[in-house]
Amino acid sequence: MTTENKKKTVRFAEPPKIGLSEALYLPAIAAGIATTVRHMFHKNQTRQYPEVEPDIPKNYRGVHRLNRDDQGRVKCVACFMCQTACPANCIEIEATGTDKNDPTWADRDKFPKTFVIDELRCIYCGMCEEACPVDAIELTSIYDLTGMTRQEMIFDKEKLLSVFDETVQSGKDPVRTVRGQLGPASERLSS
Amino acid sequence: MPSLFINSVEIEVQPKENIVQAARRAGVEIPHYCWHPDLSVVASCRMCLVEAGTKKDDGTVAMQPRLVPACQTPATPNTVVVTDSPKVKSSQAQTLEYLLLNHPLDCSICDQAGECYLQDYTYQFGKAESRLDEPKVQRQDKYYIGEQIALFTDRCVMCTRCVRFTREYSGTAELFVTSRGSVEEIEVLPGQPCDNKLAGNVVDLCPVGALCSKDFLYKKRVWWLKSADSVCQLCSTGCSITVDQSESKVERVRPRENPQAQGSFMCDDGRFGWKFAHSENRIRAPRIGRASHGQVASPQLTTIGAPTNAVEQYSMSVNQSTPLATATVSDLTFADPWPGLINHLQSVLKQSAQDHPTKTLAVFSPFMTCEEAYLLADYLKKTNPKITLAMGPVPVVGEDDTYPKGPKGQSPAAEKTRFTIRAEKAPNRLGVEAVLQHFQKSIVNDEQWLSSMELNPFETVLVVGNSPAEWLNDETVSKLRRAGKLIVVDILENNLTHAADVVIPGVSFVEKEGTVVNHAGLAQTFHPAIRCSDGTRPDVRTYMELSGRSGLYHGPTIRAEMASVIPAFAAFETGELGELGKRVFS
Repeated sequence: MTTENKKKTVRFAEPPKIGLSEALYLPAIAAGIATTVRHMFHKNQTRQYPEVEPDIPKNYRGVHRLNRDDQGRVKCVACFMCQTACPANCIEIEATGTDKNDPTWADRDKFPKTFVIDELRCIYCGMCEEACPVDAIELTSIYDLTGMTRQEMIFDKEKLLSVFDETVQSGKDPVRTVRGQLGPASERLSS
Repeated sequence: MPSLFINSVEIEVQPKENIVQAARRAGVEIPHYCWHPDLSVVASCRMCLVEAGTKKDDGTVAMQPRLVPACQTPATPNTVVVTDSPKVKSSQAQTLEYLLLNHPLDCSICDQAGECYLQDYTYQFGKAESRLDEPKVQRQDKYYIGEQIALFTDRCVMCTRCVRFTREYSGTAELFVTSRGSVEEIEVLPGQPCDNKLAGNVVDLCPVGALCSKDFLYKKRVWWLKSADSVCQLCSTGCSITVDQSESKVERVRPRENPQAQGSFMCDDGRFGWKFAHSENRIRAPRIGRASHGQVASPQLTTIGAPTNAVEQYSMSVNQSTPLATATVSDLTFADPWPGLINHLQSVLKQSAQDHPTKTLAVFSPFMTCEEAYLLADYLKKTNPKITLAMGPVPVVGEDDTYPKGPKGQSPAAEKTRFTIRAEKAPNRLGVEAVLQHFQKSIVNDEQWLSSMELNPFETVLVVGNSPAEWLNDETVSKLRRAGKLIVVDILENNLTHAADVVIPGVSFVEKEGTVVNHAGLAQTFHPAIRCSDGTRPDVRTYMELSGRSGLYHGPTIRAEMASVIPAFAAFETGELGELGKRVFS
């Protein structure tokens, strides 16, 4: 573009001249008051959080929980699929064999000795839930997770099971995974 | 040249090959469970069924009407094999469906998942769905099958590789098959578990997750393991192995097939013998100053405040007993202890070589690699050719343990021996001896230097240990203590390091690179699987810095240098010995 053309394309705009009504401000104040009055008779647009908690959809991906089976044992079989699938590397499991002399564990071979999720590192993508062959790990609709230290945001097995205990009675169970069916490993457990 | 045809690919016939092996050369994988190159052929799994026929002289091909097991059919001239016809594919899918009838499909908790032939073949050749409506037969797991082995009975596909191994290879015949049909099981006699020295191999042989190693059970999923080619250093057989690690922790060791070294298997001593690498007893920092028994810091030092870490320990002991004491404790607390140590060693050895070269002794251990021995010997002889280089004792435990055992546990005749656990429990006697031979013409054995320790003690003694177990007895150590200055390189704290004036930490074979020469003169290079343990560094680096060589240690370069200097190591010429190693001398 030449210098001449450039000159033509730049246009200088003057602000519009203020008329008498604008200079008085009064019409604008009246319009403002009218808006305020109109809103006084409308439905509330704000949420009264935290006094009134919102209704969260069941497929919301919030805090994890570790489910229990019908005997109250941890349902997880420590297959490490969630840890493998996790893109944020926030799951750490240590597996161990079951006590063969304990009749309550007779039908199980392997379970997690420790199961730790770093809730701060988690990106709540739900891949763990999807990878789980026995539907043991699920994301609940608990969204307001807070803590005073980083340490207390690292959830161990007991904490994750307690999330299950809290949420299972609340009538807000998470929506099951798409398959709707448990994997073969869990079929063997329930038979 | 006679040839045969695999899926219309023509390949040359090689003697004593079956169709599975021939097809592998032609790039065709024929699935199989029961066949293993080192075991007898039973052709029982029916997974390797293929179409076979003969090409006649007039060019026509006559195919056999039935399918034949590829593992049992010799690859003879003019054989025509078809492995991808609908007939073969249907047979493979049916065989897999049958094998999976009672298989629990508990891949999620099975240790074999990820390296399981049942998974792989089902994915490649099988059907996606089961047509079985009946409940699966469930059988009890057998944790009693061996001290190191657990049998998950319902995962078994009855290939009987493990049974044949204990009969043909270990000769101990603990495992056998009971019952028939769908209740067929692998079993041991009551009170006679599969506990022979080669028992761990049945876990590797098992193509599915039925036999699992108790040591590795549930520790890691296999897809997290990273492997390094290595060489077992627990005896002079020098088995080729694969070290599997995850997050710098060794998880398991598996044999790596090497017909020149040991074959396809390894013994349990080696299989579980790597654990010293993660021992609490590791020396994690260099130390200067003779410590009283088992105590690192002298009583005077403990009054300052117990040392909290290895570096502090080092800096305090430096402060007390060495000429480096010009630095204060606070100066050295966070310093790297190694440059100070190297300076100290150099000055000590130089001084000793000047003042009393004939009274300076270096004891080499058969646990050193060839490169370590070369670098150290080269440095010492260049400092002063009068320094004595001696060979330390070579540990020998009992006699060579040979397999397969006879019915009464007796050793087999020499020509029938298939596996030997050697009595010489050191990896590299031949290699170190060859280095010493070159630098000194004659090898000073331990009797010679020990007797002179008694009569006319050496002033300065450098001892390299690096043994996974206690190497020198207390008597030898007390003789060594007579030296004015005792410098020790070792991996673990032991009687020798407690007696030493200077302790230099060494590293185990899973942490370093090097070459060892086994009993038959086969040189094999092993590679590091994990990082060096905190505070330690490879021995070769210490020797490189001692001798003032520039640059970092590079194995192939040092080996090529060795080949040019020492005629016995001429095979090291290229610096690379390949996966299977090279024979240097016999």
